Amino acid sequence: MRHTESHEPVASTPPAEVRPRRHRTRDEPRHEPPARSTGGLLRELVTHLRHNQNQLRDEWANRIMEAQLLTAMSRDEIVAEATSVYDNYLDALETGTLEALQAYAQSLSERIIPRGVETDEVVGIVLLLRDVLARSLFAKYRADFEVLSRVLDAYEPAANRIAITVAVGFVQERERVIREQQEAIRELSTPVLPVRERLLILPIIGLIDRQRARQLTEQLLRAIRANRARVVVVDITGVPAMDSNVANHLVQTVEASRLLGATVIVTGLSPEIAQTLVTIGVDLRTMHTVGDLQGGIEEAERLLGLEVVPVTESKHPT
Amino acid sequence: MAVPILKQGQYLIATIQDALTDADLQQLRVGLVTQVGRHRSRGVIVDITALDVMDSFAVRTVRDIAHMTRLRGAETVIVGMQPEVALSVVQLGLSLEGVHAALDLEEGLAFLDEQAHAVSGGRPRG
Amino acid sequence: MGDRHPAAQSAGGVAVSRRSGRVSPDEAHEELISVRSDADIVVARQRGRELAARLGFGLTDQTLIATAISELTRNIVLYAQRGRIVLKALRKGGRRGIMVVARDDGPGIPNVEQALQSGFSTSGGLGLGLPGVRRLTDEFDIASAVGRGTTVTVKKWNR
Repeated sequence: MRHTESHEPVASTPPAEVRPRRHRTRDEPRHEPPARSTGGLLRELVTHLRHNQNQLRDEWANRIMEAQLLTAMSRDEIVAEATSVYDNYLDALETGTLEALQAYAQSLSERIIPRGVETDEVVGIVLLLRDVLARSLFAKYRADFEVLSRVLDAYEPAANRIAITVAVGFVQERERVIREQQEAIRELSTPVLPVRERLLILPIIGLIDRQRARQLTEQLLRAIRANRARVVVVDITGVPAMDSNVANHLVQTVEASRLLGATVIVTGLSPEIAQTLVTIGVDLRTMHTVGDLQGGIEEAERLLGLEVVPVTESKHPT
Repeated sequence: MAVPILKQGQYLIATIQDALTDADLQQLRVGLVTQVGRHRSRGVIVDITALDVMDSFAVRTVRDIAHMTRLRGAETVIVGMQPEVALSVVQLGLSLEGVHAALDLEEGLAFLDEQAHAVSGGRPRG
Repeated sequence: MGDRHPAAQSAGGVAVSRRSGRVSPDEAHEELISVRSDADIVVARQRGRELAARLGFGLTDQTLIATAISELTRNIVLYAQRGRIVLKALRKGGRRGIMVVARDDGPGIPNVEQALQSGFSTSGGLGLGLPGVRRLTDEFDIASAVGRGTTVTVKKWNR
């Protein structure tokens, strides 16, 4: 049945709703029973989508598998995740707030990233859901173009915000995981070795950037404390080059170690790196340097054997 | 809050227990310098294990303590600096040049003993 | 990562927490500590450490932040006698950070360029330690005018 009524602006709307950008102000024929306000319309859509939840969810799951997404998961797993995504999707549509969805997106990402799910898959499945639901709305309202237009006006911006929220949440979680992994790799690649009592060796290999340098220093200082080391041999034979920032870090590491009562002997200093140190103002005479690792260890043992470990930087009385 | 200063033989030991105000730090400096003179102490240990931040004022105070006690014949050793504090001190660019440092109280005392030995002409311990 | 912080004791500073209702508590966390004496230096840096811990900063970064706050607060006490420290939680992309604003209505810095170059010198002269504070933080900004006061804003981001 069709009714024709003049359009009246509706005074009240729920507080946190998603508003479409355009408002239609001309006479709008009503379908049965379409809401007048956008908020009411959304609620009606959501009711419809909830009512047909199982069927639509299954359709979505099928499309996911047809598109060969989430291949890392079994059908049952896909259906299970699809169910909760669907619920959260509808909640977000209904309430217009995204916080709950953000939280859900993060926990979903935490679950599926270790399974090897990629960004394109996540974006893909969210867009597929959007399409499946849109088709369903098309089917329901196709008899009345005006109403369909309003329905899409209400649905589309909301659905797009949801897609973006989920995708961004996933990407951010991935980035966080990658950072963590990088940190772990850095830590593994620079072990501090307790060689004998009171003596640590830290062989550094490869290029050092600011992050790695900082991590090295932290690891070293904690190792000094844990092992009660008095001498540390830092071998940089395997470091091809060092810019002045990292050279500065090395100098700071030597001083910080001194403040924990440990003397640092630097071995494997190449002429280039020695030059860099001099350029930044380091007086190489105040730094213990020995040509190679073996020589450094011998020097360390000598220092320890005498039990006289010079822990002041200044050789001149103040 | 005053920092307790204990006398252990020829050494004085000051253990900082909590964050100190500037006034506390100044009081500590005066106290140590006075007591070194009074007891003719040969060494001072300042235990900063409990200090979670060392800013420029704290560093300056420690440097002053080391300088002034040395003038009165005592060497000062700071012990127990936390790794994170050491990192921040060097990154901030503060210098503790001329101030001895050891890992903990035990190491600090060992250092002072060795210093005393060396000064009195004894052989270093093997 | 974030420790439950004990009730903060104020030795002279006043802390006011403002939280916005819509987002999670730490996201819009803002705290003000009024600075009137050197006792507030410890208060400000302890609050900074607590906030940094809640935001997930590691122990080293917490110490760097606390040290920077200590220096900035000390500057206020030394040169302006009074001022305030504002601590704010930040969010950019998926990363969290902390912002510290140190503001005073003191005499201002006549030559900001010079203050940013000279820092702690080995002779013991301290200057304002601003280059040092800059080294401890990721972003650094200063606005100062003679007779009108100084505002230093620093930020540090969680790795």
